[in-house]
Amino acid sequence: MKKTVAEYRIEHLQVLDPQGELVSDLPDFARDPEQLLSMYRLMTLTRTFDTKAINLQRTGKLGTYASSLGHEAAHVGIGSAMRDEDIFAPMYREYGAQLWRGVKMSEVLLYWGGDERGNDFSGPRHDFPWCVPIATQCLHAAGAAMACKLRGEKRCAVTVIGDGGTSEGAFYEALNLAGAQRLPMMFVVVNNKWAISVPLHLQTAAETLAQKGIAAGIRCVQVDGNDVLAVRAASEEALARARAGEGATLMEAVTYRLSDHTTADDATRYRPKEEVEEAWEFEPLLRIRKYLQSQGMWDEQREEDLLRECANKVDAAVEEYLNTARMPVSAMFDHMYDEMPESLQEQREIAIRYEGSGGGH
Amino acid sequence: MPRITLIEGVTMALAHELEKDDRVVVLGEDVGVNGGVFRATAGLQQRFGAERVMDTPLAESMIAGMSVGMAAQGMRPVPEIQFMGFIYPAVDQMISHAGRLRHRTRGRLQCPMVLRAPYGGGIHAPEHHSESTEAMFAHMPGVRVVIPSSPTRAYGLLLASIRCPDPVVFLEPKRIYRLAKQEVEDNGEALPLDVCYILREGTDATIVTWGAMTHETMKAANELDQKGISCEVIDLATISPIDFDTILESVEKTGRLIIVHEAPNNCGVGAEVAATVAEKGIYDLKAPIRRVTGYDTVMPLFRLEMEYLPSVRRIADAVVETLED
Ligand SMILES: Cc1ncc(C[n+]2csc(CCOP(=O)(O)OP(=O)(O)O)c2C)c(N)n1
Ligand SMILES: [Mg+2]
Repeated sequence: MKKTVAEYRIEHLQVLDPQGELVSDLPDFARDPEQLLSMYRLMTLTRTFDTKAINLQRTGKLGTYASSLGHEAAHVGIGSAMRDEDIFAPMYREYGAQLWRGVKMSEVLLYWGGDERGNDFSGPRHDFPWCVPIATQCLHAAGAAMACKLRGEKRCAVTVIGDGGTSEGAFYEALNLAGAQRLPMMFVVVNNKWAISVPLHLQTAAETLAQKGIAAGIRCVQVDGNDVLAVRAASEEALARARAGEGATLMEAVTYRLSDHTTADDATRYRPKEEVEEAWEFEPLLRIRKYLQSQGMWDEQREEDLLRECANKVDAAVEEYLNTARMPVSAMFDHMYDEMPESLQEQREIAIRYEGSGGGH
Repeated sequence: MPRITLIEGVTMALAHELEKDDRVVVLGEDVGVNGGVFRATAGLQQRFGAERVMDTPLAESMIAGMSVGMAAQGMRPVPEIQFMGFIYPAVDQMISHAGRLRHRTRGRLQCPMVLRAPYGGGIHAPEHHSESTEAMFAHMPGVRVVIPSSPTRAYGLLLASIRCPDPVVFLEPKRIYRLAKQEVEDNGEALPLDVCYILREGTDATIVTWGAMTHETMKAANELDQKGISCEVIDLATISPIDFDTILESVEKTGRLIIVHEAPNNCGVGAEVAATVAEKGIYDLKAPIRRVTGYDTVMPLFRLEMEYLPSVRRIADAVVETLED
């Protein structure tokens, strides 16, 4: 005898279609025009910032930079669903979420400009810094959620990972722990279809990345990652459940990486230009702007004003970044141990003695 | 003969072995269509197909572990880890399996794989892209660690590593990937994996170094030469196991030893060189051994990274101080 012992399905949520038409019930937060406008404003600011950061890199004023172009809805959707006291464990390109939480653009620039002080940001002080080793942050988020659970706090942890990152062991380990321990957290897989040059079909044979949570026994949803209303609605629901003790959610946000992987990458080497052109039709700013216009909340004049305001804010951030002098060489030795061991003190003196001797040359 | 860079030496060796030996498979993240983020595998997938030059899912433990499996079954996998900073999930496979397989099966199974990774600082890269942790692998019994410092040695040592029946961690100093060109003939001639290279003969002091630091060290040696100080510079090249004979012979002649490396000082490979010279050559030494190394700090982000890397002046001063002792 054979019988079906378990069955699963993955739901996909879209609130606004690419034309900005409402295709689901309007989520509660979206009834408040101020919320909608702040989300749209931040998405626009993120994009303005992104263009500027790429220019800074191209002109030698910034190191390698990971663009967030095309991810604005996913990132702002996540950030706006979180509370300050929640804990964010990002990867490396979620500026929209971080700016919402209070990280400054000048701090983003400092990080990619090769200065640790970017990680000492003014967003929530308990948030984790950027995380370059793929998937390792998922375990930190699980640990953070465990801390909240053990202390009986109504706080959640949120972590973000890419489609490529879902191939790493650490991702599955974190999912499994979150399921086994009913951790108050949300995993967001930002599926932008590419992991540098590797397309999704070489990462996995699964139909969705959302379903990767099924084997861990956690709730799984997929959302249109270019639809900021869908991302925020699904995130709010996931976090409300987590706070209510109902455990973790894995949310897959389907979007597209409109930029090169980073400024060190040249995507034309591996990705057809038609694919990118098509993806632009679904880009996230377009549909929310159309929706706002259809509701009489937005017009060309406001758009123009916003773009000018964003440019000014970004310019001010760039100025602040460029005016931040390099740390002294002794800073290398600060914060290594709670108390500096003697051996380090000796090395510190050597480093100071040789400061500017052009190591490496 | 083509004039090629260090990274082209890597590509040439990979192509040579892919052509000659159908057991060889190159695999890793972005090594296929993209040709590797540094272009080390450029053109190889087009030439040899997606089964010989394979884009894998993004998982380093998997990359190393599947390579152990392939190698044990008679293939010659050459996995690439995109940056040394992401090699750590692979460490488990290297120490728990690659280095032990032959020993624990009493020779029944072997693990002829070459785990390649670019390493080291100085290219203005983001966080986790600039460390030098070769000592970690040198500490693994049964694993060879090889670091080329020139196009010729990249080609010859990689050929040798691929043909070697032992697992090899092949670390490529990315700061000098494109620094200098040499004429290298694609003749399939491997270099030995058990000798170090005397880059420059001298009589007053021996400087042992490897990887990108060979360049600063050679500059320091040339500057010292102007001042009448004659340095012998040795490129360790095979970090584990080490050819101590060449080093001991040199120290016997010069009586002075300076070790230069980019990695942190504490338990660096320099400590092993110093300890062995102390054990076997202490009566030849006229002065204490000196080490010029990276500091025992986290590798700083790039605004400070050049302050971290040993400079020509630090190396030259260390030689002068050793001579004054
Ligand atoms: C453990 C680890 N391996 C490799 C890398 C190099 N790397 C950086 S980003 C990236 C691709 C990531 O793709 P994905 O997870 O889809 O995220 P995306 O960049 O597309 O947002 C790779 C391979 C890394 N940072 N960490
Ligand atoms: Mg991706």
